[in-house]
Amino acid sequence: MLKDKLMKDIYVDFLRERLSEKNGKVVALEADLAKCSGVYPLMKEFPERVINVGIAEQNMASVAAGLSAYGFIPFIHTFGPFASRRMCDQLMISVCYAKQNVKIIGSDPGITAELNGGTHMPFEDIGVLRSIPNIVIYEPTDNVEFKEALPQVLKHKGPVYVRMYRKTPPPVYDEGACADFKLFKAKVIKAGDDATIVAAGIMVSTALDAATALAAEGISVEVIASPTVKPLDYTTIVASARKTGAVVTVENHNVMGGLRSAVAESLGEYCPTVMRSVGVKEKFGEVGKMPYLRKAFNMETADVISAVRSALQAKNTVRF
Amino acid sequence: MSFDYQPVRALAKEIRINIVDCIGSLGVGHIGGCLSIADVLAVLYGKEMRIDPTHPHKTGRDRLVCSKGHAGPGVYAALAAKGYFPKEALKTLNQGGTMLPSHCDMNKTPGVDMTAGSLGQGLSCAVGMAIGSKIKGDRARIYAIVGDGESQEGQIWEAAMLASQKKLDNLTVFTDYNHMQIDGTVEEINSLEPLDKKWEAFGFKVIVVDGHDVEAIVGAVQKAKRTKGVPTMIILNTVKGKGVSFAEAAKVGCHSMSISKEQLETAFAELKG
Repeated sequence: MLKDKLMKDIYVDFLRERLSEKNGKVVALEADLAKCSGVYPLMKEFPERVINVGIAEQNMASVAAGLSAYGFIPFIHTFGPFASRRMCDQLMISVCYAKQNVKIIGSDPGITAELNGGTHMPFEDIGVLRSIPNIVIYEPTDNVEFKEALPQVLKHKGPVYVRMYRKTPPPVYDEGACADFKLFKAKVIKAGDDATIVAAGIMVSTALDAATALAAEGISVEVIASPTVKPLDYTTIVASARKTGAVVTVENHNVMGGLRSAVAESLGEYCPTVMRSVGVKEKFGEVGKMPYLRKAFNMETADVISAVRSALQAKNTVRF
Repeated sequence: MSFDYQPVRALAKEIRINIVDCIGSLGVGHIGGCLSIADVLAVLYGKEMRIDPTHPHKTGRDRLVCSKGHAGPGVYAALAAKGYFPKEALKTLNQGGTMLPSHCDMNKTPGVDMTAGSLGQGLSCAVGMAIGSKIKGDRARIYAIVGDGESQEGQIWEAAMLASQKKLDNLTVFTDYNHMQIDGTVEEINSLEPLDKKWEAFGFKVIVVDGHDVEAIVGAVQKAKRTKGVPTMIILNTVKGKGVSFAEAAKVGCHSMSISKEQLETAFAELKG
């Protein structure tokens, strides 16, 4: 079953298929984490087109830009913090400013970095990259969506940053449910009238759990999955905000610079709405397993429920 | 029959005149580091590179990455001389909406093969191109020019390691060793010495030449072309501001300097004389 697979294996299967194409354009680059991404066997299968640059992430980004300038479409992978803040200027200048078609896979977003802890736990990658013109930032909702998304990531002409969980993400969609998936389109997964939750990545499943619990109390919550925080599908989000009058963002990232910021920017311009947020608040990462980290950073289902309640309360008192 | 270097020398002279015209029209710019690479640009664009100015994006062409992106006007001077665009465009340097920005931009200027300006990145891009050429098997040669000050960037050495690891014998890198950077001499700030030994240690074939002797530069490039299994570093001993007396006299001050109308006239007289 697709939902049981490791997300990284979906990436590797996709790469293998593309690397097998005769005269294909895809090349894959690693910075000594091929064993972590699962790309390692591809190094032997496609020795020319899978390039391990060693522990030199900045070099990897600029080498990829050179390959792109030469007509290739490089997919480069390292852990999220190194795929964003470590190579930020190289992504800015060699890749984005130079209009090169490089796909950046930053693995282990947010708390999914688990035992690697604070040095490897990117709560800031979206914030670091979001102000770079024309970069796309995509966070897969689950395996079913990710499989549909990868060909679109490839087809999009321009840089795309992907926040890829390596392990098996909590399932959201049934197989086949993402046949109509569009990379830049947010999806209303559950309709509701009282409040809107906009969520991304592993937090979509958490948001759905919260909405189900609230439904039992008669509170109707709309849940929107937002795969791309940039470009943000603000049309879908604003329409929902107009309807419900209360919006909660739920993300596996610092609330500053990530989904909450992007949603607030759009609502501020088009539909000022009461907002609450679930996500990391002014903290660095730390070691721990997911249940511990969800608790430590207030990212549990109960936190989403509280945020919705708070938004509902404010909705009736705050006037714009 | 021995090769006639006169046309290459003439091109170097024309490039210098174009540089002074380009930066002089604006009245300020990175004149020193443009003039110091005029001779290697003449060798590349006048003799060594397989290029077609009427088809700047031709696949399989040889490429140049000017990693020291602030020497953009030097590259533009060469491209204008080769007919990539009209020489009148040189007078638009850094004007709003120009196709000739201070630092190289592949999306704005016909003939510029890579965007550069944030130092240290261009050599990595050239390494990517050299790997790409090997994958395609198109036998193109990739050239890169790095600054000596730029070589204080760690990424230069990351790129060097990978070029050597991947046996990129289709890659030839030049160091513009003029010994000057913004805040002083390279030796005062953060010395590169022994530069030849460093590049040798990184697995490059190293050739040291007078960077203003076109015959010597051609000889070095020919050696690089014959070298198998390793990339080549050609260290060009150069003079910052070479060929324009007021720029040479300004020493480290010529990295980026104002140019008066009188200086412009003097420079043209020196170069055309």
